[in-house]
Amino acid sequence: MYSHGSESLIKQAREIQEPELQKFYSRLVKLLQGKELSHETVDSLQRLHLILSATKYTRRLPSELRTRLLSLLSSPVEQLQVLSSAVLREMPPLSAEELNYIQENVGQLNSQTAALLLSKAGTRADLSSVCAQLLRGLDNRPSEAPAHSLMHTLPVLNTILTHSPECLTEDHITLLSKRLVDWLRYASIIQGGGASSGRFFTGPRSRQPVPIAELDGTVSGDFFTVLCVGQGFTEDQWMNVYSFSMLHHWLLTYHSVSNGNSTIETANRSQLSLSHSFSNDDRSEVDGSVVSMVSATSSSSRLLPPKERLREKAFQYCQRLIEQSDRKAQKKTDTELQKACLVEAVCILDCVCVEDASLVFRTFPFIKALFGRLSADLSFSRVLLPIAQFYLNHGEMAAVDCESVWKLVFGQFPAELFSDPFLAHELLRFLRLNLEKFQLGVPQYTHFFPNLLKFLAWDSPAVVDDFVDLLPSLVTPATAVELLHTLLDLPCLSATLILQLRSTCLPISEPGGRGLLSLDAFRNPSFRGLFLFMLRGEAGSGDTIDRLSTLHDLLAEAADWPRVVQCAQTIPVLLHIYFNTVVTVADEKLLAHLILVMLERSSILLNIPTYIKEIHRVFSCHLLRMCKLHPSLVVDQSHELLEFAGIPGNVYSKEELYTHVVWVLGEYLSVSCDSRCSVSLITSCFETLEAVLFEITSSGTPPGTVCPAPRVITTLMSALAKLASRSHDLIPRVSLFLSKLRTVTRGGSVAWCSDEEDLVAIVTRGEELWSLLKAPSVAQSVLTPSPHITTPQWHRDTNVAMPLQLRALTSLTHPQ
Amino acid sequence: MVRCFLIHTVCPISALSAGECRVLYSRVFGPDEAVLSEELQELNPEERRLLQKEKVAVVARQVHSAVTLSREASGRQLVEMVPGEEVLALQDANSGVVRLRAGDPFNEEMSVLWLGVHSLGFAMVCEPHENLLLAEGTLRNLSRHCLEHLHMLGPGSEVLLKSSRIDVLLSRLLPHGQLLFLNHRFAQSLEKEVAAYMAK
Repeated sequence: MYSHGSESLIKQAREIQEPELQKFYSRLVKLLQGKELSHETVDSLQRLHLILSATKYTRRLPSELRTRLLSLLSSPVEQLQVLSSAVLREMPPLSAEELNYIQENVGQLNSQTAALLLSKAGTRADLSSVCAQLLRGLDNRPSEAPAHSLMHTLPVLNTILTHSPECLTEDHITLLSKRLVDWLRYASIIQGGGASSGRFFTGPRSRQPVPIAELDGTVSGDFFTVLCVGQGFTEDQWMNVYSFSMLHHWLLTYHSVSNGNSTIETANRSQLSLSHSFSNDDRSEVDGSVVSMVSATSSSSRLLPPKERLREKAFQYCQRLIEQSDRKAQKKTDTELQKACLVEAVCILDCVCVEDASLVFRTFPFIKALFGRLSADLSFSRVLLPIAQFYLNHGEMAAVDCESVWKLVFGQFPAELFSDPFLAHELLRFLRLNLEKFQLGVPQYTHFFPNLLKFLAWDSPAVVDDFVDLLPSLVTPATAVELLHTLLDLPCLSATLILQLRSTCLPISEPGGRGLLSLDAFRNPSFRGLFLFMLRGEAGSGDTIDRLSTLHDLLAEAADWPRVVQCAQTIPVLLHIYFNTVVTVADEKLLAHLILVMLERSSILLNIPTYIKEIHRVFSCHLLRMCKLHPSLVVDQSHELLEFAGIPGNVYSKEELYTHVVWVLGEYLSVSCDSRCSVSLITSCFETLEAVLFEITSSGTPPGTVCPAPRVITTLMSALAKLASRSHDLIPRVSLFLSKLRTVTRGGSVAWCSDEEDLVAIVTRGEELWSLLKAPSVAQSVLTPSPHITTPQWHRDTNVAMPLQLRALTSLTHPQ
Repeated sequence: MVRCFLIHTVCPISALSAGECRVLYSRVFGPDEAVLSEELQELNPEERRLLQKEKVAVVARQVHSAVTLSREASGRQLVEMVPGEEVLALQDANSGVVRLRAGDPFNEEMSVLWLGVHSLGFAMVCEPHENLLLAEGTLRNLSRHCLEHLHMLGPGSEVLLKSSRIDVLLSRLLPHGQLLFLNHRFAQSLEKEVAAYMAK
């Protein structure tokens, strides 16, 4: 574990002084001059690495030390190779002489040197030269080279592919395609060197070739794959493993349909490659190739150009893997490997079918059979996702019904596997990457949002980023209202999922344990319906439930469960995204409904500290936005808004939202916003607000009770003034109140405002409004400005635009 | 391919202040992204090295907070582990995935698989098209080997002074960042080589 000792070690490495460092360097040079490899040498090299890597700025090594380190790259002792490569990686890039040195002295590029060259590559040209060097080594096949000498070639090439696929020329690609075919399809089917038959006496008979075996122990009857075992392995069997490991990436890079790489026309290419494949010594022609059960139908594949041949062999390899994965492996790690191989095989088949659509008809039967075999077993869920991708990509073309696939992926997986972080990540990624395809081909996926949100409810920090991308697509006019309710109740869903898991794990009664009230409630049949609604998988069975507050009471103790709290923290952000999206897809009727939901739900939320306040803030912000966009909403929903505004209790418990509701009423309840606004409506609104203002500023409140926020008071006053400016007979009432306010406050402090400065601000505002209302028509134009004043277009108005004015002046003053 | 493998500290440790995270080992595979991207051409090698170190630190911090939040949510208590209990420690470990958006900090989107074993975090930055099932298995395997061979459950600071051992482990099981499909026989063969190296 990390201890104080380790921390001080790092500090020492960082703070080592220059003289001491130089001494260390010279001692190291001396050690490296010696012929023997001593423990001290290795230890010093290790310390050097720590010193270099511990700091953020690069240290400089003396050139002699650098030269010594370079020479160690070709040392027969692996430890020295590893250490020198690690040290040099921490250094500035290699100079031209150093690169030359490596070229000449290191000979066949070993793994550590390749790593160094890759990490210090400064340009694409550097990568190309590493690539060329490696492929040269591949072409010459030294007979005495140890088994591992070639094995790093493919991983290094894969690295180069990732960063700079153009480094491989067409010739390189052709060469590698051929070698990959050899290794993948024609690797030896005999167990490799070191195969001991277990007999005591070794004689000529024990050197009988032993065939490779399958994972369940039976003798293998087909070509070698990663799922074959033996006592030892030959070099080409190792290369089979390395080739398959990079096959998917290779196909993605060089075989994609929109391959910007190739500029040679397809016809020319196939002609060239045809001639190549006849002239080069292809292992498939030399080897009496095993008649594979899989490839019986493609005997003419030898005539295909290398790229197409590789595709065909990849296809066969994957088919064989799928067949092999059905066998019962003897070891658990091999069972896990079988799953990983299935995933890879399906992905490669998908890739290959995307490139050549004619393969779809050969592939679909396998995929369908695989789906049928695995769909009932949830432990194969991660294999079923690539299968779902295959269906999505090719299902239409093959005219296959995919309903059962979507039911599984969107219906079953989230409901039962929400707690698997890897499945969550992969499923959400699958959805994200294919969003357009889903929106076009499977639009009903949006109905599964209650299920999808279970991932978010369970592990918000891990998946909230994915939902930031996915949520906008889930907001449709059909689902908007239910989605809002579901988002607001996500902490409840979180608690419910926890209870669901606990009730299956824990016994019915915990002896002596703290019985959870919520767990009892969860198991209680009379509350079953509430929890079942929370756990529903699809939308459409109702926006929300009547007894929501009962549910909140039952889950009250869950308000401090960490998972629930984490979930609650992500809701405000998602609500912002929700509202930003909904204003673009909803019509006024839906927006009106949403306003009602906001007002209603403002008091029905799970009582988590700060959660309610945050939600109110989001509501306030978006209420404002919606009303700004559609001012007639206020007149439309005036009844409900007034009901909300008429409750004095709301001033204290929902201060933020209340303030905004009042402001919105004051601002938009006018004839210029909606012609349906009548005088009686304005009057009734006025009276409602007036009553509340009287009540909260009455001297009757006992001292020591909570004061209303000053902002609420000023907003109420402004709203009343605005309404009065539209209906002038209300002006006397407002003026009376405002002058009374002045008198009362002159007497010193008041019960409803504790702060001196706030009181001054309120009184000042009151005086401003009072003096404004003395001139009603002025009040009207200030407090209810007509639209062309509030949306000035000075810069767009041709009569007033500055450039035009200047031009006019210029032409007047400068005689032509 | 795997872009980066790192080992760092997680959860409150007496030697560090709260929230601070120390990277104990990091290995970035392949060329520096900054070299091949157009926007970062003007950086000199020192700046590029610094940038790479900063990227690794960002990953460590992200994993650190993911581990902390995950442990908080699951509410499980951390049990003291002693050397010898590596397999048990791994079974108890939290695991998960973090999504890193393109540009933050790598040029393309990445998936970081992580494993939290007591006060150590093992993280593997994978390209998204990678086989995450295979990556998960490889990460567990690598972590087990690191814990066993470097006695990481003990109080020593061997991981800092024996980074070459991890380099060799990676060169066999994750050569140049390549995930390998190894059945138990291939794995045994490679692990024998690793064990032979570690014994020196």
